[in-house]
Amino acid sequence: MDNVMRNSGISFKKQSQTKEIWRRFKKSKGAVIGLVMLVIILMILLFADFIAPYTAATKQNLANKLQGPSLAHLFGTDSYGRDVFARIVHGGRTSILIAILSTISSCIIGSALGAIAGYFGGKIDSIIMRSLDIFMSVPDILFTMAVVFALGANFVNLLVALTLAYFTNYVRLVRSQVLNLAELDYVEAARAGGASSARIIASHILPNAMGVIIVNTTLNVSKIILYESTLSFLGLGMPPPAPEWGLMLSEAREFMRTSPHLLFFPAMAIVLTACSVNLIGDGLRDALDPHLKS
Amino acid sequence: MNELILDIDDLSVIYKTDLETVKAVNGINLKIGKGKTLGLVGETGAGKTTTALSILKLLPENTGKVTSGNVKFEGTNLLEMNEHEIREIRGGQIAMVFQDPMTSLNPVMTVGDQIAEAIIMHNEGLSKGEIEKRIDEKLTMVGILPSRKTEYPHQFSGGMKQRVVIAMALACEPKLLIADEPTTALDVTIQAQVLMMIKELRNRLGTSMLMITHDLGVVAKICDDVAVMYAGEIVEAGTVHDIFLGEDHHPYTEGLFGSIPNLSSRTKRLNSIPGLMPDPTNLPEGCIFAPRCKYCMDICIRVHPNTVFDETHSLKCHLFDGKLRRDKQEGKSEKQ
Ligand SMILES: Nc1ncnc2c1ncn2[C@@H]1O[C@H](COP(=O)(O)OP(=O)(O)OP(=O)(O)O)[C@@H](O)[C@H]1O
Ligand code: SF4
Ligand SMILES: [Mg+2]
Repeated sequence: MDNVMRNSGISFKKQSQTKEIWRRFKKSKGAVIGLVMLVIILMILLFADFIAPYTAATKQNLANKLQGPSLAHLFGTDSYGRDVFARIVHGGRTSILIAILSTISSCIIGSALGAIAGYFGGKIDSIIMRSLDIFMSVPDILFTMAVVFALGANFVNLLVALTLAYFTNYVRLVRSQVLNLAELDYVEAARAGGASSARIIASHILPNAMGVIIVNTTLNVSKIILYESTLSFLGLGMPPPAPEWGLMLSEAREFMRTSPHLLFFPAMAIVLTACSVNLIGDGLRDALDPHLKS
Repeated sequence: MNELILDIDDLSVIYKTDLETVKAVNGINLKIGKGKTLGLVGETGAGKTTTALSILKLLPENTGKVTSGNVKFEGTNLLEMNEHEIREIRGGQIAMVFQDPMTSLNPVMTVGDQIAEAIIMHNEGLSKGEIEKRIDEKLTMVGILPSRKTEYPHQFSGGMKQRVVIAMALACEPKLLIADEPTTALDVTIQAQVLMMIKELRNRLGTSMLMITHDLGVVAKICDDVAVMYAGEIVEAGTVHDIFLGEDHHPYTEGLFGSIPNLSSRTKRLNSIPGLMPDPTNLPEGCIFAPRCKYCMDICIRVHPNTVFDETHSLKCHLFDGKLRRDKQEGKSEKQ
């Protein structure tokens, strides 16, 4: 046993930490599939203009409305006669960009606040957590609506509203993680070795809380894509005629019985994206845990 | 006495929570000479770890509090240092090894990276090559193949983890090493190996040590001086010779050693004494050992004993009032 470990230690000697994580990530089939899916989706979104013209996504053609999938319109047309395929290809840009950006910003703001609250405790903790209570006493949806109503519906405001709605999760999650981790001997040992608070948080606490944060983050991306559709449904998403997956879903509701393809394709787009992000998240979590190293 | 590396004077520490105040350490004096090793023994809850943590100002910020005393390290009071100054001391001048090696290492960092951190913290501006060289040096020093530095802690056995922890503690060649029961969590055979290694490194590097332990065998093997702690007080202190071979002993020490203290019964652990340590939130007015002491007298219950000295030996018990040579009163901090 000991010998086997020694040998494995020697053969991976020169690999850096990042390489090591990547090596473990690659071992997981699900993670690789997720990554490939996400790359394909992102490529499609990036090169949307070459795949389908933007005008097809926005130009109304009532004579052509509510057609099922055909060669001319791969995913059919909607109630205004717009090409669903083109709308999905273009609409994903906003949806995914908003989802990813607001997840990143809520993750950074929330994790930082949670780490500070958990690590320093006492007064700082009370101040942060009590202010959070104010945020959390208002339902997410009301809160976001209020922000968008007050500031108007556009890309930046939507980002702000979603960040404000989601960062509280991270504060609570990271705070509880930090509270547990800060008790551990290696944190005490690092402090006894002269490490500063910043160093302890950055190199001992956050890396150990990373698994949980990443899983939460990937779940969040899919949640936010769905949440955007709720906002669009309420007329608070990106203003029409900009194509957006959530908006497409809510528009499809009326025609659910007669033209189910209107619901099916944007839903598939959301599900596939969410799925790929979740697969990557699971893989990353495992790759970050050296105990699972094989 | 030769020069002191550490001089603790009248240190008292409390833990204060909403519900109660725990008097964990009550007016203790400890001195460690340069290059010497002091053993701090006492049963669980005596306040040994609390003493060690207060030296480095590592008490839990929101509850632990030093209420009196000085901790002088080479003449400067550590307790008056600000956060930045004490950080330079921690790990650089005074290092600490904790009891449980299983949890003393970060599970998501390689062993080499953790030693590197310990080195970088007090040696900024070393090149990558120099750091690698030092990591190899430190691992070799504690008997671990340098090629294993890329492995994670869970790939090491308990004894090897404790070796890594010791390598980290000695990474910056501190002048004083505080070891809080460094071998208690290990197998008996491994205990002996790790202990011999600590002893050998201490001798080679000339490090002074505060060795906290339950094990009288450890004291006999590597300490120069001994302090016996009970319910937050030092009830007896002296050289290993005083404690193991001397005639006069505090009844608590006597209990710890069984009836006859004996250097040859080395591996013996502390004997258990009937009864429990007093509740640290509500200490007795007189002698703290009175409820368990078979020599307890009237005065013991009413009056807190003072420390009496005999050259290197000191005792805190009414049995020895005025009996030791060079009797001298300590006065301070003693309540009546
Ligand atoms: N964070 C804390 N909050 C409140 N009380 C504490 C805290 N830490 C320790 N104590 C109390 O202080 C007293 C001394 O504890 P300490 O840990 O110093 O004992 P110890 O001698 O190291 O014991 P052991 O041999 O079990 O390690 C005990 O009564 C303990 O319950
Ligand atoms: S002072 Fe009295 S009670 Fe305390 S140890 Fe001595 S004899 Fe026992
Ligand atoms: Mg202890």
